[in-house]
Amino acid sequence: MFLAIAQRLGQMLFVMLGISITVFLIFFATPGADPSARIAGRNASPEVLEAVRKSFGFDQPFYVQYLIMMKKIFISGDLTSFVNRGWKVVPAILDAIPVTLSLVIGAAVLWVIFAIIIGTVAAATRGSWLDKALMIMGLIGISMPVYWLGEVMNLITQSRFKDTWMFSWVPPLGYKNFSDSPKAWFLTLIIPWITLAILYIGLYARVLRANLIEAMQEDYVRTARAKGLSETRILLRHALRTSLISFITLFGLDFGALVGGAALLTEVVFDLHGVGKLTYEALLTLDLPVIMATVLYASIFVVLANALVDVIYIFLDPRVRTV
Amino acid sequence: MLEVRDLKVSFRTEQGLVQAIDGVSFSVAEGEILGVVGESGSGKTVSLLAVMGLITDPNALIEGSIKYKGRELVGLNAKEMRQLRGREIAMIFQDPMTALTPVYTIGWQIAEQIRAHNKISAKAAELRAIELLAEVNIPNPAEAIHRYPHQLSGGMRQRAVIAMALSCNPSLLVADEPTTALDVTVQAQILDLVRKLQRNHKSAVVFITHDMGVIAEIASRVMVMYAGRIVERGSQSQLFSSPLHPYTKALLDSIPPLEGPKPHRLKSIPGAPPTLLNRPAGCAFAPRCVNRFEACINTPALTANGHDAACFRVNP
Ligand SMILES: Nc1ncnc2c1ncn2[C@@H]1O[C@H](COP(=O)(O)OP(=O)(O)OP(=O)(O)O)[C@@H](O)[C@H]1O
Ligand SMILES: [Mg+2]
Repeated sequence: MFLAIAQRLGQMLFVMLGISITVFLIFFATPGADPSARIAGRNASPEVLEAVRKSFGFDQPFYVQYLIMMKKIFISGDLTSFVNRGWKVVPAILDAIPVTLSLVIGAAVLWVIFAIIIGTVAAATRGSWLDKALMIMGLIGISMPVYWLGEVMNLITQSRFKDTWMFSWVPPLGYKNFSDSPKAWFLTLIIPWITLAILYIGLYARVLRANLIEAMQEDYVRTARAKGLSETRILLRHALRTSLISFITLFGLDFGALVGGAALLTEVVFDLHGVGKLTYEALLTLDLPVIMATVLYASIFVVLANALVDVIYIFLDPRVRTV
Repeated sequence: MLEVRDLKVSFRTEQGLVQAIDGVSFSVAEGEILGVVGESGSGKTVSLLAVMGLITDPNALIEGSIKYKGRELVGLNAKEMRQLRGREIAMIFQDPMTALTPVYTIGWQIAEQIRAHNKISAKAAELRAIELLAEVNIPNPAEAIHRYPHQLSGGMRQRAVIAMALSCNPSLLVADEPTTALDVTVQAQILDLVRKLQRNHKSAVVFITHDMGVIAEIASRVMVMYAGRIVERGSQSQLFSSPLHPYTKALLDSIPPLEGPKPHRLKSIPGAPPTLLNRPAGCAFAPRCVNRFEACINTPALTANGHDAACFRVNP
C-alpha cells in the first residue's frame, strides 16, 4: 500500500513538470508574438521593453527562459507585474491561496457530509415522499446559479435582516485571517461555504442515491442478505462503502477545479480575494506574469487534490492497492 | 424439515402478471441432498429464493406455504426471517466472482456473518473464520483471511463463499448452481467438498443445477422442473434407471454416457422452453414432447407415490 502511495506522489511531480513546460510554451513560445511586449503591457516605452527582455532572458534559448521563469516563480519569488508597476506576483498569490483553500475545503466538508446523509436517506426510503422531497430539493440546489444564490444570501444576511437576531452575527463581507482570529475567520466564511456547497450537495446526493440503488441490486448485496444482516447494515457497510469509490472520483475532479480557481464566482460575490479572483483580474488586464504564475499555482493544487484523492482511493478500494 | 406446499410466485410486469412458479410442492428431509434440475428459466432459483425470503422485488406475489421445522415462513416478519437466514438456512450463489463485497477481506466477511448471529468477540470470530477456511481446503487459512476477493481465483472464492455459508452450522444449505461458473476440475473438487461438509455438518442440501451429470454425482433425491412446475421427482436411482416423464428422459439422453461406445451425436430436445408469457395451456412440455396425445391439452397432476411424474402417459 505504501509503495502504491509513493508511486502516486512520484507521478505527481512528473505531471507538474509537464504542466509547467506546457504553460510556459503556450505563453512564451507562441510563434509570431513577442512575449516582452505582452509582459510589459499596452503602450510600454522602449526602455521598459528592454528591461523586460533582459529580466526574462528573452535573448537566450527557450530552456534558459524556462529556467529563469521557474526561478522567478518558485525560488526567488521576485516575479513582478509590469502592468501593475512593480507589484510582486508571488506574495499576492501566496496571500490568495489560503482564502481559496479556506473557502473550498470548508464547502467540501459540508457538501460531502450532507450529500452522504441525504443520498443515503433517499436511497433507503426510495419511492417514499421523503425521497421525492429530498431529490426535488437537490434539483433546486443544482439549478440555482451560485452568483445569484450568493447575492440573495448577501441581500438577506447583509442588508434586509442584518439587524435581526437571526443574522446579526454575520460579519461584513471580506476575508479574515485564521491566524488573526479563528472565530472571525469561521463566521465570515459560513455563508460562502453554504452558498458554494448547496450546488454540490444537490448534485452529489442525487449521484450517490443512484449509485446506492444500483449497488443494492448487486450480487454481493444478495449474499449479504442471505447472511442475515440487517437492511441498515447492508446499506451502510456494503452498498454505501462500495458506492463511495465513485463518489470520491467525482469529488476529486470538482475539488481540484474549485481550488484551481473555479470558485471564482463565489469569491467575487463575497469579496474574497482568492486565486479565482486574482486570475480573473489578471485576465482583464492581460497581466501575463500573473496569469502564468496563477495558472502554475492552480495546477499545482489541482494535481495535489488529485493525488490526495488517489490516496483516499487506495484506502477505499483494495483493488487499486496492488501496484 | 422443509415442507413447501403449493408455492406460487408471480411477478407484476408491464406485460401483465407472469406466473414464474406455479404450484410447486416439495420437502427436504434432514441430512439429505435434494437435486433440483431444469432448463434455464424453469424457476429453480426463484422457488428457492422464495424459501430464503430473498425475493425483494416489490412486484412479486408469493402464495402457498413454506414450513421450516414446523414454522411458517410465508409472511414471517423481516426480523425473524433475518435471524433464520444465514444461521438456519444458508445459500450459495452461482457466480463467486460477484458474490463477495469487493472492499472487504474474506475473513472480515465470514466474521461478519458469525457475529450477526452469535455474541462473540471479533478475535473469536476471526479464529472461527480460519477454521472454516481450513475446512474448505483453502491453503494457509491464517493468511488467507486477509485476502480480498479479487486476489483469489474463482474456485477459491467459491470455497470462501461456502465457508461463509457454513459458518453458523446451518441445518439447510441451498446451493444455486455453485459450480456452473467454474472449470471442470474445480467443479469436481467443489462437489466433493459439498458432499464432505454435508456429511460432517449433517445439514440438508438443496442443490440446484441444470446439469444431469452433477445430479448423478451428488443428489439422493431429485426434482425436475419445467416452466415453473415440477414434472418429475423421485430418488436418484429411480430417476436415472426408470425416468417417467418424457422431459426427464430427454434430459438424460442429453448427457454423454460414461461407458460404452460414444454416440455419434448427443440427442438434444427440439424447440425451446416456453417463456412465462406464452406458456401453453395444459402440459407446458407438450409442444416439444414426442409422446404427446389428445389429453395433453389439460394440465397433468403430479402423482404422489414416491416416484412421481406429471404426465398423462404415466397417470392417465
Ligand atoms: N424480478 C422478476 N421479475 C419478473 N420475472 C422474473 C423475476 N425474477 C425471475 N423472473 C422470471 O422467473 C423465471 C424463473 O427464473 P429463475 O431465475 O428461477 O430460473 P432458473 O431456473 O434459476 O434459471 P437459470 O438456470 O438460468 O438460473 C424466469 O423466466 C425469469 O424471467
Ligand atoms: Mg438460477
